[in-house]
Amino acid sequence: MKGYTGKFLRVDMTTGEIRTDTLSEETARKFLGGYGFVAHTLYNEVPEGADPLSPENVLCFWTGPVAGTPVPVSSKYIMGARSPATGFIGFGIASGGPASELKAAGWDGIVITGKADSLKYLYVQNGHAELRDASYLKGKTTWDTEEMIREELSDEEIRVSSIGPAGELLSCLANVTNDRNRQVGRSGMGCVMGSKNLKAIAIRGTGNIEVAHLDELLELCKDLYQRCRGPATEKYRVLGTPANVLVHNRLGCLPTNNFQQGTFDRAEECSGERMLETMVKKVMACPSCPIACDHINVVKEGPWAGAVSSVDYESLELLGPNCGVSDLGAITKAVQLCDTLGIDTISAGVTVSWAMEAYEKGLLTREGTDGLDLRFGNDAAMVEAVRVMCLREGKLGALLADGSARAAERLGKGSEFAMVNKKLEWGAYSLRSLQTATLGFATSVRGACYLRSGSYQPDVKGTVDRYALDRSRGKVVFDGENLYAVIDSMIICKFTRGIYKDNDEFCRVINLVTGWDVTSDELIKTGERIHNMAKLFNVKFGAHRTDDYPPPRAFDEKMYDDVSDGAIILREQYDEALSGYYEERRWTEDGIPTKALLEELGLDVSLGV
Amino acid sequence: MEAKKIIVCDTDKCSGCELCEYVCSIFHEKTVNWSKSRIRHVRIEPTFDIAIACRKCEEPLCIKACPRDAIITMEDGSVKVEKDKCNGCGWCIEACNFGALKLDWDKKVVFACDFCEGEGGPKCVEFCPYDALEFTTLDQVGREAGVKAFKRIIEELE
Repeated sequence: MKGYTGKFLRVDMTTGEIRTDTLSEETARKFLGGYGFVAHTLYNEVPEGADPLSPENVLCFWTGPVAGTPVPVSSKYIMGARSPATGFIGFGIASGGPASELKAAGWDGIVITGKADSLKYLYVQNGHAELRDASYLKGKTTWDTEEMIREELSDEEIRVSSIGPAGELLSCLANVTNDRNRQVGRSGMGCVMGSKNLKAIAIRGTGNIEVAHLDELLELCKDLYQRCRGPATEKYRVLGTPANVLVHNRLGCLPTNNFQQGTFDRAEECSGERMLETMVKKVMACPSCPIACDHINVVKEGPWAGAVSSVDYESLELLGPNCGVSDLGAITKAVQLCDTLGIDTISAGVTVSWAMEAYEKGLLTREGTDGLDLRFGNDAAMVEAVRVMCLREGKLGALLADGSARAAERLGKGSEFAMVNKKLEWGAYSLRSLQTATLGFATSVRGACYLRSGSYQPDVKGTVDRYALDRSRGKVVFDGENLYAVIDSMIICKFTRGIYKDNDEFCRVINLVTGWDVTSDELIKTGERIHNMAKLFNVKFGAHRTDDYPPPRAFDEKMYDDVSDGAIILREQYDEALSGYYEERRWTEDGIPTKALLEELGLDVSLGV
Repeated sequence: MEAKKIIVCDTDKCSGCELCEYVCSIFHEKTVNWSKSRIRHVRIEPTFDIAIACRKCEEPLCIKACPRDAIITMEDGSVKVEKDKCNGCGWCIEACNFGALKLDWDKKVVFACDFCEGEGGPKCVEFCPYDALEFTTLDQVGREAGVKAFKRIIEELE
């Protein structure tokens, strides 16, 4: 089996037992890798009713067939588990060294269960794996953890995926960081690591990566590298994703002040253009990436001098304009706190903006904020709120540490403006002025998510009426999800999606790596199977139609700004669009896959109706 | 005699993608294995990247260090490790100022950049997506540095 090692590690944190298991070709062909393997593993192995923070929860780390090959931006891995944030399927994908190193060390993935009696880290090196004492890493930041493990093992080439203090403190927002700037960000995978007393996974491999048709693959890759330097990726290379700030501001879909508005009067001050001019010291790449989108900010002067972090659109927007903040120094600092202390920037930004709205509405008092003047636009208060949230410090930290939905529950008020779906915070796209996006975000299996279907694209490109919904939008989300499921299972970077001529060329990459002869229709069907497997996991944990709705603000309040003034989602239109989506998916009106569909996809029909 | 050409890296352009390492291993080892690349990427956090290969030193310290005379100089100025003489002691690796030599994890012998002899130039240079690598003479490197410095002065004056 080329492209795969055909092996994965099983680690029992409770007993310390580590063994190698076999990955069958049947599983590989059916679920491809990455997202597919996560859905397959979790569905089959997480016991019914298992609490996300219990030893029974299964935490997996998977690569895909292309990791370690010269395919552009292919060194990517996924971590998955039942999410402590949503209660449904949780996962996050990160670029960086750990993926290719694991392949070179001899395994495609790692499946972790149980809970260690003290803090440990997993060290994997060329056919050898062991749990090592991590007590000296307790409370350390992710950046320090990487350095300290390399120092302990005297090997600078070791790649580390670790959690910060927030993960140890079991924050539902906790992420996993590798290579300093890359994160398994969403749905609390760092929290699950913390619950297993697993501080880090450190990997070093020097073996060969086996590819079926290496010469042909390299020839194709040479061409793909050139395309990665062309117009399809220019946005990512030059301004990086923060290019979206001014674009979205013009379209009235730049979430501002906790999604109340779609334009920000100081957008220029925190635009991608301004950031490149005043903050960016270097644009860096992940391993195997010919694009380089990672804009590293170094703050030279002012109150945030010395702050360093990689700032992308989502982080910038949600910690910036969505909190009424335009100071790029403060934003850079807040992102650094999130990355090093270990929480997801998206959830962090939306949780702070929720707290700011609660504060301005008088629901959260100054006593409740430990004296912090938490109004929109207060840069220093935003940064401090992020810090206490990461460390669960004081009243405010305790309130916010697990995200906005739980903060509203604890406060007993403000849930109507907690901008979440399945209790996971919304990405940096307005709901009411990007309504196809909203359907895609709200139906996402892992909670509010822009990465599951790219459903914002037709709205932003103007190929649909973005201020209204109808039944046909279901197909937009359906098509996007199936293709993205393939991309996330291979796993390659979504920023390369524009460099491929068509799905056939995608297919050619998989076939050259694996030696298979898959057609693009089969591949898209595989994407559909994978997505349904993930959905079945959610059904197993009680998902219904009611879980696929946006927060109340979408239906109950009109936007007020210059561009999208008065925009609102009509509930009956959303109902219709959601039914259209279910129909396209061949799910029932309650969002449950039908037996006929599951049979056709070769999945367990017992949960179907 | 032709002026010697080496692989130089523009650290402003190098993004740390490591594709030079992938490509090098594919051409030399017929498999993907970046630990066997003749060129080495080094990152110093937070914002510095460079890729380094053999510098074709006039009096190579690696040759001096080798107790078994396993390293010889080639006509183009590169060094070659004779595999049957090398016993993997690694003194040459220690001696090299640039970290340009590496030990093969499997064969336990040292290897060095051969500038893709017979291939019409180094493959890492050909594949580098960022045009950060150049196969050039020291004369040209010096000239380009001068032009760059002068351009900066002009920009500042303007």
